[in-house]
Amino acid sequence: MPDARPVIDIQHVYFAYGGAPVLEDVELLVQRGEFLGLVGPNAGGKSTLLKLILGLLEPAAGRVLVLGRSPRCSRRRLGYVPQHPPFGRDFPISVGDVVLMGRLGLGPMPGGWRRADRKAAARTLAEVEAGDLAARPIGTLSGGQLQRVLLARALVGEPEVLILDEPTANIDQRLEGEIFDLLARLNERLTIVVVSHDIGFISTYVSRVACLNRTLICHRTDDIDGQTITDLYGEDVRMISHDHGHLHEAPPAGAAHG
Amino acid sequence: MGDLLHAFASQGFLQQALLAGLLASLGCGLIGPFVVVKRIAFLAGGIAHSVLGGMGAAVYFGFSPLLGALAAAVLAALIIGTVQLAWRTGEDTLIGALWAIGMAAGILFISRTPGYTTDLMSFLFGNMLLVPARELWFMGALDLLLLITVLLFYRQFVAVAFDEEFARLRGVPVTFFYLLLLVLVAVTVVLMIQVVGLILVIALLTLPAAVAGQWTRSLAGMMLGATLLGAGITSGGLALSYGPDLPAGATIVLLAGAVYLVSAVTSGIVARRRARLAMQRAGVA
Repeated sequence: MPDARPVIDIQHVYFAYGGAPVLEDVELLVQRGEFLGLVGPNAGGKSTLLKLILGLLEPAAGRVLVLGRSPRCSRRRLGYVPQHPPFGRDFPISVGDVVLMGRLGLGPMPGGWRRADRKAAARTLAEVEAGDLAARPIGTLSGGQLQRVLLARALVGEPEVLILDEPTANIDQRLEGEIFDLLARLNERLTIVVVSHDIGFISTYVSRVACLNRTLICHRTDDIDGQTITDLYGEDVRMISHDHGHLHEAPPAGAAHG
Repeated sequence: MGDLLHAFASQGFLQQALLAGLLASLGCGLIGPFVVVKRIAFLAGGIAHSVLGGMGAAVYFGFSPLLGALAAAVLAALIIGTVQLAWRTGEDTLIGALWAIGMAAGILFISRTPGYTTDLMSFLFGNMLLVPARELWFMGALDLLLLITVLLFYRQFVAVAFDEEFARLRGVPVTFFYLLLLVLVAVTVVLMIQVVGLILVIALLTLPAAVAGQWTRSLAGMMLGATLLGAGITSGGLALSYGPDLPAGATIVLLAGAVYLVSAVTSGIVARRRARLAMQRAGVA
Protein backbone atom coordinates (compact mmCIF):
# COMPACT_ATOMS: atom_id res chain seq x y z
CA MET A 1 0.00 0.00 0.00
CA PRO A 2 1.80 3.12 -1.16
CA ASP A 3 1.96 6.07 1.21
CA ALA A 4 -0.12 8.97 -0.11
CA ARG A 5 1.52 11.60 2.10
CA PRO A 6 4.13 13.86 0.50
CA VAL A 7 7.66 12.51 0.65
CA ILE A 8 9.02 15.96 1.47
CA ASP A 9 6.81 18.57 3.12
CA ILE A 10 8.41 21.99 3.68
CA GLN A 11 6.24 24.72 5.25
CA HIS A 12 7.24 28.38 5.70
CA VAL A 13 10.92 27.59 6.23
CA TYR A 14 13.40 30.35 7.07
CA PHE A 15 17.13 29.88 7.48
CA ALA A 16 20.18 32.11 8.00
CA TYR A 17 23.82 31.24 8.65
CA GLY A 18 24.12 34.24 10.97
CA GLY A 19 23.80 37.31 8.75
CA ALA A 20 21.43 37.77 5.84
CA PRO A 21 18.70 35.15 5.40
CA VAL A 22 19.54 32.37 2.96
CA LEU A 23 16.01 31.01 2.74
CA GLU A 24 12.78 32.95 3.23
CA ASP A 25 9.32 31.45 3.52
CA VAL A 26 10.11 28.39 1.42
CA GLU A 27 7.23 26.02 0.76
CA LEU A 28 7.71 22.83 -1.18
CA LEU A 29 5.82 19.56 -1.47
CA VAL A 30 7.42 16.59 -3.20
CA GLN A 31 5.18 13.61 -3.94
CA ARG A 32 6.25 9.99 -4.16
CA GLY A 33 7.75 9.12 -7.54
CA GLU A 34 8.59 12.67 -8.54
CA PHE A 35 11.87 13.67 -10.19
CA LEU A 36 12.32 17.21 -8.95
CA GLY A 37 14.98 19.52 -10.32
CA LEU A 38 15.99 22.30 -7.93
CA VAL A 39 17.64 25.15 -9.84
CA GLY A 40 18.76 28.67 -9.08
CA PRO A 41 21.73 30.98 -8.97
CA ASN A 42 24.86 30.67 -6.91
CA ALA A 43 24.19 31.26 -3.19
CA GLY A 44 20.46 30.96 -3.88
CA GLY A 45 20.12 28.46 -1.02
CA LYS A 46 19.88 25.20 -2.97
CA SER A 47 22.47 23.26 -0.97
CA THR A 48 21.09 24.76 2.25
CA LEU A 49 17.61 23.50 1.42
CA LEU A 50 19.03 20.01 0.81
CA LYS A 51 20.80 20.11 4.17
CA LEU A 52 17.52 21.06 5.87
CA ILE A 53 15.82 18.09 4.15
CA LEU A 54 18.65 15.82 5.32
CA GLY A 55 18.46 17.16 8.87
CA LEU A 56 22.08 18.40 8.79
CA LEU A 57 20.72 21.90 9.50
CA GLU A 58 17.68 22.99 11.52
CA PRO A 59 15.33 25.69 10.16
CA ALA A 60 15.22 29.00 12.05
CA ALA A 61 11.46 28.95 11.58
CA GLY A 62 9.01 26.72 9.77
CA ARG A 63 8.74 22.96 9.47
CA VAL A 64 10.42 20.24 7.43
CA LEU A 65 8.88 16.77 7.31
CA VAL A 66 10.46 13.92 5.38
CA LEU A 67 8.46 10.72 4.88
CA GLY A 68 6.02 12.07 7.47
CA ARG A 69 8.63 12.44 10.23
CA SER A 70 11.46 14.75 11.23
CA PRO A 71 14.46 14.66 8.89
CA ARG A 72 16.62 13.15 11.64
CA CYS A 73 14.23 10.22 12.04
CA SER A 74 13.96 9.65 8.30
CA ARG A 75 17.50 10.33 7.16
CA ARG A 76 18.49 6.65 6.97
CA ARG A 77 15.76 6.21 4.33
CA LEU A 78 17.38 8.91 2.18
CA GLY A 79 20.32 8.52 -0.17
CA TYR A 80 22.59 11.55 -0.54
CA VAL A 81 25.20 12.41 -3.17
CA PRO A 82 27.20 15.48 -2.05
CA GLN A 83 28.60 18.09 -4.43
CA HIS A 84 32.03 18.19 -2.83
CA PRO A 85 32.80 14.92 -1.06
CA PRO A 86 34.79 15.95 2.03
CA PHE A 87 37.27 13.05 2.04
CA GLY A 88 40.86 13.32 0.87
CA ARG A 89 41.76 11.61 -2.38
CA ASP A 90 44.71 9.98 -0.59
CA PHE A 91 42.50 8.18 1.94
CA PRO A 92 43.55 4.51 1.80
CA ILE A 93 40.23 2.89 0.91
CA SER A 94 38.89 0.91 -2.02
CA VAL A 95 35.78 1.76 -4.03
CA GLY A 96 34.05 -1.37 -2.71
CA ASP A 97 34.62 -0.31 0.90
CA VAL A 98 33.38 3.23 0.19
CA VAL A 99 30.15 1.83 -1.23
CA LEU A 100 29.77 -0.51 1.76
CA MET A 101 29.62 2.54 4.04
CA GLY A 102 26.19 3.24 2.56
CA ARG A 103 25.04 0.09 4.42
CA LEU A 104 25.87 1.52 7.84
CA GLY A 105 22.79 1.83 10.00
CA LEU A 106 21.05 -1.20 8.45
CA GLY A 107 22.44 -3.96 10.68
CA PRO A 108 23.75 -4.23 14.24
CA MET A 109 26.32 -1.57 15.12
CA PRO A 110 29.28 -3.66 16.38
CA GLY A 111 31.12 -6.15 14.21
CA GLY A 112 31.83 -6.44 10.51
CA TRP A 113 29.94 -6.43 7.22
CA ARG A 114 27.53 -9.25 6.53
CA ARG A 115 27.31 -11.26 3.34
CA ALA A 116 24.10 -9.39 2.40
CA ASP A 117 25.98 -6.06 2.67
CA ARG A 118 28.75 -7.22 0.33
CA LYS A 119 26.23 -8.61 -2.16
CA ALA A 120 24.27 -5.36 -2.12
CA ALA A 121 27.46 -3.33 -2.68
CA ALA A 122 28.51 -5.48 -5.66
CA ARG A 123 25.01 -5.36 -7.15
CA THR A 124 24.72 -1.59 -6.75
CA LEU A 125 28.15 -0.94 -8.27
CA ALA A 126 27.06 -3.04 -11.25
CA GLU A 127 23.80 -1.09 -11.47
CA VAL A 128 25.67 2.23 -11.84
CA GLU A 129 27.97 0.53 -14.40
CA ALA A 130 31.01 0.71 -12.14
CA GLY A 131 31.31 -2.98 -11.22
CA ASP A 132 34.85 -3.14 -12.56
CA LEU A 133 36.02 -0.39 -10.18
CA ALA A 134 35.38 -2.26 -6.89
CA ALA A 135 39.03 -2.95 -6.09
CA ARG A 136 40.36 0.45 -7.19
CA PRO A 137 41.65 2.93 -4.57
CA ILE A 138 39.19 5.84 -4.34
CA GLY A 139 41.92 8.35 -5.23
CA THR A 140 42.54 6.88 -8.69
CA LEU A 141 39.06 7.53 -10.09
CA SER A 142 38.17 10.14 -12.70
CA GLY A 143 35.45 12.69 -11.90
CA GLY A 144 32.75 10.73 -13.70
CA GLN A 145 33.77 7.43 -12.09
CA LEU A 146 33.74 9.05 -8.64
CA GLN A 147 30.21 10.37 -9.24
CA ARG A 148 29.01 6.85 -10.10
CA VAL A 149 30.66 5.47 -6.96
CA LEU A 150 29.08 8.17 -4.76
CA LEU A 151 25.74 7.38 -6.40
CA ALA A 152 26.25 3.69 -5.59
CA ARG A 153 27.09 4.60 -1.97
CA ALA A 154 23.82 6.54 -1.75
CA LEU A 155 21.79 3.73 -3.38
CA VAL A 156 23.20 0.73 -1.52
CA GLY A 157 21.28 1.60 1.68
CA GLU A 158 18.02 1.03 -0.25
CA PRO A 159 16.70 4.59 0.14
CA GLU A 160 13.20 5.75 -0.76
CA VAL A 161 14.39 9.20 -1.76
CA LEU A 162 17.58 10.08 -3.61
CA ILE A 163 19.01 13.57 -3.05
CA LEU A 164 21.82 14.81 -5.29
CA ASP A 165 23.69 18.12 -5.08
CA GLU A 166 25.11 19.09 -8.50
CA PRO A 167 25.94 15.50 -9.44
CA THR A 168 27.43 16.54 -12.76
CA ALA A 169 29.24 19.76 -11.82
CA ASN A 170 32.71 18.35 -12.37
CA ILE A 171 32.23 16.09 -15.37
CA ASP A 172 31.91 16.56 -19.09
CA GLN A 173 28.65 16.77 -21.02
CA ARG A 174 28.55 13.25 -22.45
CA LEU A 175 28.94 11.78 -18.96
CA GLU A 176 26.36 14.24 -17.66
CA GLY A 177 23.82 12.70 -20.05
CA GLU A 178 24.78 9.19 -18.94
CA ILE A 179 24.33 10.04 -15.26
CA PHE A 180 20.91 11.59 -15.92
CA ASP A 181 19.82 8.60 -18.03
CA LEU A 182 20.74 6.47 -15.03
CA LEU A 183 18.75 8.74 -12.69
CA ALA A 184 15.76 8.53 -15.03
CA ARG A 185 15.91 4.71 -14.75
CA LEU A 186 16.22 4.92 -10.94
CA ASN A 187 13.19 7.24 -10.86
CA GLU A 188 11.06 4.21 -11.74
CA ARG A 189 11.44 3.09 -8.11
CA LEU A 190 12.73 6.19 -6.26
CA THR A 191 11.71 9.76 -5.60
CA ILE A 192 14.58 11.99 -6.74
CA VAL A 193 15.54 15.57 -5.86
CA VAL A 194 18.47 16.91 -7.84
CA VAL A 195 20.11 20.32 -7.48
CA SER A 196 21.51 21.86 -10.65
CA HIS A 197 22.46 25.25 -11.99
CA ASP A 198 21.60 24.05 -15.46
CA ILE A 199 17.84 24.47 -16.08
CA GLY A 200 17.89 23.75 -19.78
CA PHE A 201 19.69 20.47 -19.44
CA ILE A 202 17.75 18.98 -16.55
CA SER A 203 14.31 20.06 -17.80
CA THR A 204 14.40 17.24 -20.36
CA TYR A 205 14.80 14.68 -17.58
CA VAL A 206 12.89 15.90 -14.54
CA SER A 207 9.14 15.81 -13.97
CA ARG A 208 9.11 19.22 -12.29
CA VAL A 209 11.47 22.11 -11.70
CA ALA A 210 11.59 24.29 -8.60
CA CYS A 211 13.53 27.54 -8.92
CA LEU A 212 15.12 28.76 -5.73
CA ASN A 213 16.63 32.17 -5.15
CA ARG A 214 16.20 32.67 -1.41
CA THR A 215 12.58 31.75 -1.87
CA LEU A 216 10.84 29.49 -4.36
CA ILE A 217 9.99 31.47 -7.49
CA CYS A 218 8.17 28.83 -9.46
CA HIS A 219 7.74 25.14 -9.53
CA ARG A 220 6.32 23.92 -12.82
CA THR A 221 8.26 22.80 -15.85
CA ASP A 222 6.08 24.75 -18.31
CA ASP A 223 6.75 27.98 -16.41
CA ILE A 224 10.37 27.96 -17.39
CA ASP A 225 10.75 30.62 -20.04
CA GLY A 226 12.93 33.62 -20.61
CA GLN A 227 10.97 35.69 -18.06
CA THR A 228 11.46 33.13 -15.29
CA ILE A 229 15.13 32.89 -15.95
CA THR A 230 15.39 36.65 -15.91
CA ASP A 231 13.55 36.74 -12.57
CA LEU A 232 15.80 34.08 -11.23
CA TYR A 233 19.16 35.31 -12.39
CA GLY A 234 18.32 38.99 -12.61
CA GLU A 235 19.45 39.53 -16.20
CA ASP A 236 19.16 38.02 -19.63
CA VAL A 237 20.64 34.62 -20.06
CA ARG A 238 21.96 33.29 -23.31
CA MET A 239 19.98 30.31 -24.52
CA ILE A 240 22.07 28.01 -26.64
CA SER A 241 20.99 24.96 -28.52
CA HIS A 242 23.41 22.08 -28.42
CA ASP A 243 23.90 18.64 -29.84
CA HIS A 244 21.29 16.64 -27.93
CA GLY A 245 18.63 18.86 -29.38
CA HIS A 246 17.28 20.84 -26.43
CA LEU A 247 17.85 24.26 -25.05
CA HIS A 248 20.75 24.75 -22.72
CA GLU A 249 21.08 27.96 -20.82
CA ALA A 250 24.33 29.60 -19.89
CA PRO A 251 23.71 31.73 -16.80
CA PRO A 252 25.48 35.07 -16.54
CA ALA A 253 28.97 35.07 -15.14
CA GLY A 254 28.98 34.45 -11.43
CA ALA A 255 25.73 32.51 -11.47
CA ALA A 256 27.10 29.40 -13.05
CA HIS A 257 27.96 27.32 -10.04
CA GLY A 258 26.06 26.87 -6.90
CA MET B 1 75.53 -9.72 17.66
CA GLY B 2 76.06 -12.90 19.68
CA ASP B 3 76.71 -10.79 22.77
CA LEU B 4 73.51 -8.91 22.16
CA LEU B 5 71.42 -12.08 21.84
CA HIS B 6 73.08 -13.45 24.94
CA ALA B 7 72.26 -10.26 26.82
CA PHE B 8 68.62 -10.42 25.69
CA ALA B 9 68.45 -14.09 26.71
CA SER B 10 69.98 -13.62 30.14
CA GLN B 11 68.93 -10.16 31.30
CA GLY B 12 65.39 -9.93 32.67
CA PHE B 13 65.26 -6.14 32.35
CA LEU B 14 66.07 -6.37 28.63
CA GLN B 15 63.31 -8.91 28.09
CA GLN B 16 60.89 -6.63 29.90
CA ALA B 17 62.04 -3.67 27.79
CA LEU B 18 61.53 -5.74 24.62
CA LEU B 19 58.06 -6.74 25.77
CA ALA B 20 57.21 -3.09 26.58
CA GLY B 21 58.22 -2.14 23.01
CA LEU B 22 56.06 -4.90 21.53
CA LEU B 23 53.07 -3.91 23.67
CA ALA B 24 53.48 -0.28 22.58
CA SER B 25 53.71 -1.26 18.91
CA LEU B 26 50.14 -2.57 18.97
CA GLY B 27 49.16 1.04 19.71
CA CYS B 28 51.22 2.22 16.70
CA GLY B 29 49.23 -0.19 14.57
CA LEU B 30 45.68 0.17 15.86
CA ILE B 31 45.48 3.92 16.44
CA GLY B 32 48.39 5.38 14.43
CA PRO B 33 46.63 4.91 11.06
CA PHE B 34 43.58 6.88 12.29
CA VAL B 35 45.84 9.70 13.52
CA VAL B 36 47.50 9.81 10.08
CA VAL B 37 44.43 9.61 7.84
CA LYS B 38 42.32 11.89 10.07
CA ARG B 39 45.27 14.34 10.25
CA ILE B 40 45.08 14.81 14.00
CA ALA B 41 48.81 14.51 14.77
CA PHE B 42 48.91 17.99 16.33
CA LEU B 43 45.89 17.12 18.45
CA ALA B 44 47.59 13.89 19.54
CA GLY B 45 50.71 15.91 20.40
CA GLY B 46 48.59 18.21 22.56
CA ILE B 47 47.09 15.25 24.41
CA ALA B 48 50.54 13.71 24.91
CA HIS B 49 52.12 16.83 26.38
CA SER B 50 49.21 17.79 28.62
CA VAL B 51 49.58 14.34 30.19
CA LEU B 52 52.55 15.66 32.19
CA GLY B 53 50.07 17.61 34.34
CA GLY B 54 48.34 14.37 35.33
CA MET B 55 51.60 12.50 35.92
CA GLY B 56 52.97 15.34 38.08
CA ALA B 57 49.78 15.51 40.13
CA ALA B 58 49.79 11.72 40.60
CA VAL B 59 53.42 11.75 41.78
CA TYR B 60 52.77 14.69 44.12
CA PHE B 61 49.70 13.06 45.72
CA GLY B 62 51.36 9.64 45.82
CA PHE B 63 49.43 7.75 43.12
CA SER B 64 50.83 5.71 40.25
CA PRO B 65 52.05 8.17 37.58
CA LEU B 66 50.57 6.01 34.83
CA LEU B 67 47.09 6.23 36.37
CA GLY B 68 47.54 10.00 36.56
CA ALA B 69 48.69 10.01 32.94
CA LEU B 70 45.65 8.00 31.86
CA ALA B 71 43.24 10.31 33.67
CA ALA B 72 44.92 13.45 32.29
CA ALA B 73 45.09 12.05 28.76
CA VAL B 74 41.42 11.08 28.66
CA LEU B 75 40.42 14.43 30.17
CA ALA B 76 42.56 16.36 27.66
CA ALA B 77 41.11 14.32 24.77
CA LEU B 78 37.54 15.02 25.86
CA ILE B 79 38.18 18.76 26.40
CA ILE B 80 39.92 19.21 23.04
CA GLY B 81 37.33 17.11 21.23
CA THR B 82 34.31 18.82 22.77
CA VAL B 83 35.62 22.34 22.22
CA GLN B 84 36.64 21.49 18.67
CA LEU B 85 33.17 20.15 17.86
CA ALA B 86 31.45 23.12 19.52
CA TRP B 87 33.64 25.90 18.07
CA ARG B 88 34.76 24.39 14.78
CA THR B 89 37.48 27.07 14.58
CA GLY B 90 40.45 28.11 16.63
CA GLU B 91 41.08 24.60 17.89
CA ASP B 92 44.82 24.88 17.19
CA THR B 93 45.07 27.71 19.71
CA LEU B 94 43.24 25.63 22.28
CA ILE B 95 45.42 22.58 21.62
CA GLY B 96 48.54 24.72 21.95
CA ALA B 97 47.27 26.18 25.22
CA LEU B 98 46.41 22.77 26.69
CA TRP B 99 49.79 21.49 25.50
CA ALA B 100 51.71 24.16 27.44
CA ILE B 101 49.37 24.43 30.46
CA GLY B 102 49.53 20.66 31.03
CA MET B 103 53.32 20.65 30.93
CA ALA B 104 53.60 23.71 33.18
CA ALA B 105 51.24 22.15 35.76
CA GLY B 106 53.24 18.93 35.64
CA ILE B 107 56.55 20.69 36.17
CA LEU B 108 55.16 22.63 39.17
CA PHE B 109 53.88 19.42 40.78
CA ILE B 110 57.12 17.55 40.14
CA SER B 111 59.28 20.41 41.44
CA ARG B 112 57.32 20.23 44.72
CA THR B 113 57.91 16.47 44.99
CA PRO B 114 61.21 15.33 46.54
CA GLY B 115 63.59 13.48 44.19
CA TYR B 116 61.87 14.77 41.07
CA THR B 117 64.62 15.02 38.46
CA THR B 118 64.85 11.33 37.48
CA ASP B 119 61.07 11.07 37.28
CA LEU B 120 60.82 14.13 35.07
CA MET B 121 63.41 12.84 32.61
CA SER B 122 61.79 9.41 32.36
CA PHE B 123 58.33 10.94 31.86
CA LEU B 124 59.61 13.22 29.12
CA PHE B 125 61.92 10.80 27.30
CA GLY B 126 60.86 7.37 28.53
CA ASN B 127 62.77 4.79 30.46
CA MET B 128 62.29 1.56 28.66
CA LEU B 129 64.94 -0.32 30.62
CA LEU B 130 63.16 0.27 33.91
CA VAL B 131 59.60 -0.81 33.13
CA PRO B 132 58.34 -2.78 36.14
CA ALA B 133 56.40 -5.99 35.54
CA ARG B 134 53.28 -4.41 37.05
CA GLU B 135 53.31 -1.73 34.37
CA LEU B 136 53.68 -4.35 31.64
CA TRP B 137 50.36 -5.79 32.84
CA PHE B 138 48.89 -2.29 32.77
CA MET B 139 50.12 -1.85 29.18
CA GLY B 140 48.70 -5.26 28.27
CA ALA B 141 45.31 -4.22 29.66
CA LEU B 142 45.38 -0.99 27.63
CA ASP B 143 46.25 -3.01 24.48
CA LEU B 144 43.31 -5.30 25.12
CA LEU B 145 41.01 -2.29 25.51
CA LEU B 146 42.24 -0.80 22.21
CA LEU B 147 41.95 -4.11 20.37
CA ILE B 148 38.41 -4.87 21.53
CA THR B 149 37.13 -1.35 20.84
CA VAL B 150 38.66 -1.15 17.36
CA LEU B 151 37.48 -4.67 16.44
CA LEU B 152 33.91 -3.95 17.57
CA PHE B 153 33.56 -0.54 15.93
CA TYR B 154 36.07 -0.63 13.06
CA ARG B 155 33.41 0.31 10.48
CA GLN B 156 32.17 3.28 12.49
CA PHE B 157 35.72 4.59 13.09
CA VAL B 158 36.54 4.30 9.38
CA ALA B 159 33.28 6.04 8.44
CA VAL B 160 33.92 8.91 10.86
CA ALA B 161 37.52 9.26 9.65
CA PHE B 162 36.49 9.12 5.98
CA ASP B 163 33.35 11.26 5.72
CA GLU B 164 31.71 12.57 8.91
CA GLU B 165 28.70 14.05 7.13
CA PHE B 166 27.83 10.82 5.33
CA ALA B 167 28.38 8.78 8.53
CA ARG B 168 25.92 11.08 10.34
CA LEU B 169 23.34 10.57 7.57
CA ARG B 170 23.68 6.81 7.99
CA GLY B 171 22.77 7.16 11.67
CA VAL B 172 26.32 6.75 13.05
CA PRO B 173 26.65 8.78 16.29
CA VAL B 174 29.55 10.78 14.88
CA THR B 175 30.28 12.94 17.94
CA PHE B 176 30.41 9.89 20.19
CA PHE B 177 32.76 7.96 17.91
CA TYR B 178 35.00 10.98 17.29
CA LEU B 179 35.40 11.52 21.04
CA LEU B 180 35.91 7.78 21.53
CA LEU B 181 38.65 7.87 18.89
CA LEU B 182 40.37 10.72 20.76
CA VAL B 183 40.09 8.76 24.02
CA LEU B 184 41.75 5.80 22.26
CA VAL B 185 44.50 8.18 21.09
CA ALA B 186 44.89 9.23 24.74
CA VAL B 187 45.13 5.58 25.84
CA THR B 188 47.75 4.94 23.14
CA VAL B 189 49.78 7.95 24.31
CA VAL B 190 49.87 6.48 27.83
CA LEU B 191 50.81 3.10 26.38
CA MET B 192 53.83 4.62 24.63
CA ILE B 193 55.02 6.91 27.43
CA GLN B 194 56.98 4.10 29.09
CA VAL B 195 58.89 3.42 25.91
CA VAL B 196 59.72 6.80 24.37
CA GLY B 197 58.36 9.36 26.85
CA LEU B 198 55.60 11.86 26.23
CA ILE B 199 57.64 14.26 24.10
CA LEU B 200 58.56 11.57 21.59
CA VAL B 201 55.21 9.72 21.59
CA ILE B 202 54.09 11.54 18.48
CA ALA B 203 56.85 9.82 16.45
CA LEU B 204 55.61 6.31 17.31
CA LEU B 205 52.00 7.40 16.80
CA THR B 206 52.54 8.71 13.27
CA LEU B 207 55.73 7.40 11.63
CA PRO B 208 55.06 3.62 11.50
CA ALA B 209 51.52 4.29 10.24
CA ALA B 210 52.76 6.82 7.67
CA VAL B 211 55.39 4.35 6.38
CA ALA B 212 52.77 1.58 6.16
CA GLY B 213 50.47 4.01 4.33
CA GLN B 214 53.11 4.52 1.65
CA TRP B 215 52.97 0.84 0.77
CA THR B 216 49.36 -0.27 1.30
CA ARG B 217 46.04 0.90 -0.07
CA SER B 218 43.74 0.04 2.84
CA LEU B 219 43.37 1.07 6.45
CA ALA B 220 43.48 -2.55 7.60
CA GLY B 221 46.76 -3.01 5.69
CA MET B 222 48.09 0.15 7.34
CA MET B 223 47.18 -1.27 10.75
CA LEU B 224 48.96 -4.56 10.16
CA GLY B 225 51.98 -2.88 8.60
CA ALA B 226 52.27 -0.25 11.33
CA THR B 227 52.06 -2.89 14.06
CA LEU B 228 54.87 -4.94 12.49
CA LEU B 229 56.95 -1.84 11.78
CA GLY B 230 56.40 -0.58 15.32
CA ALA B 231 57.55 -3.94 16.70
CA GLY B 232 60.62 -3.94 14.44
CA ILE B 233 61.52 -0.33 15.20
CA THR B 234 61.16 -0.57 19.00
CA SER B 235 63.10 -3.87 19.12
CA GLY B 236 65.72 -2.62 16.65
CA GLY B 237 66.11 0.68 18.49
CA LEU B 238 66.51 -1.14 21.79
CA ALA B 239 69.19 -3.42 20.29
CA LEU B 240 71.06 -0.49 18.70
CA SER B 241 71.03 1.48 21.93
CA TYR B 242 72.22 -1.37 24.15
CA GLY B 243 75.86 -1.67 23.02
CA PRO B 244 76.90 2.01 23.08
CA ASP B 245 74.59 2.62 26.08
CA LEU B 246 72.43 5.22 24.32
CA PRO B 247 68.99 6.31 25.60
CA ALA B 248 66.61 3.69 24.19
CA GLY B 249 63.64 6.01 23.56
CA ALA B 250 65.64 8.54 21.54
CA THR B 251 67.34 5.75 19.54
CA ILE B 252 63.94 4.24 18.70
CA VAL B 253 62.59 7.60 17.51
CA LEU B 254 65.67 8.26 15.34
CA LEU B 255 65.35 4.78 13.84
CA ALA B 256 61.65 5.46 13.12
CA GLY B 257 62.62 8.75 11.45
CA ALA B 258 65.28 7.02 9.33
CA VAL B 259 62.84 4.31 8.24
CA TYR B 260 60.30 6.99 7.33
CA LEU B 261 62.83 8.93 5.26
CA VAL B 262 64.05 5.85 3.37
CA SER B 263 60.46 4.73 2.76
CA ALA B 264 59.34 8.14 1.53
CA VAL B 265 62.22 8.33 -0.97
CA THR B 266 61.82 4.72 -2.21
CA SER B 267 58.05 4.88 -2.51
CA GLY B 268 58.43 8.08 -4.55
CA ILE B 269 60.93 6.39 -6.90
CA VAL B 270 58.71 3.30 -7.22
CA ALA B 271 55.64 5.44 -8.00
CA ARG B 272 57.55 7.35 -10.71
CA ARG B 273 58.87 4.13 -12.24
CA ARG B 274 55.36 2.64 -12.27
CA ALA B 275 53.99 5.75 -13.96
CA ARG B 276 56.79 5.60 -16.58
CA LEU B 277 56.18 1.89 -17.27
CA ALA B 278 52.45 2.57 -17.65
CA MET B 279 53.23 5.36 -20.13
CA GLN B 280 55.54 3.06 -22.10
CA ARG B 281 52.96 0.30 -22.21
CA ALA B 282 50.33 2.77 -23.38
CA GLY B 283 52.75 4.03 -26.04
CA VAL B 284 53.47 0.50 -27.32
CA ALA B 285 49.80 -0.48 -27.34
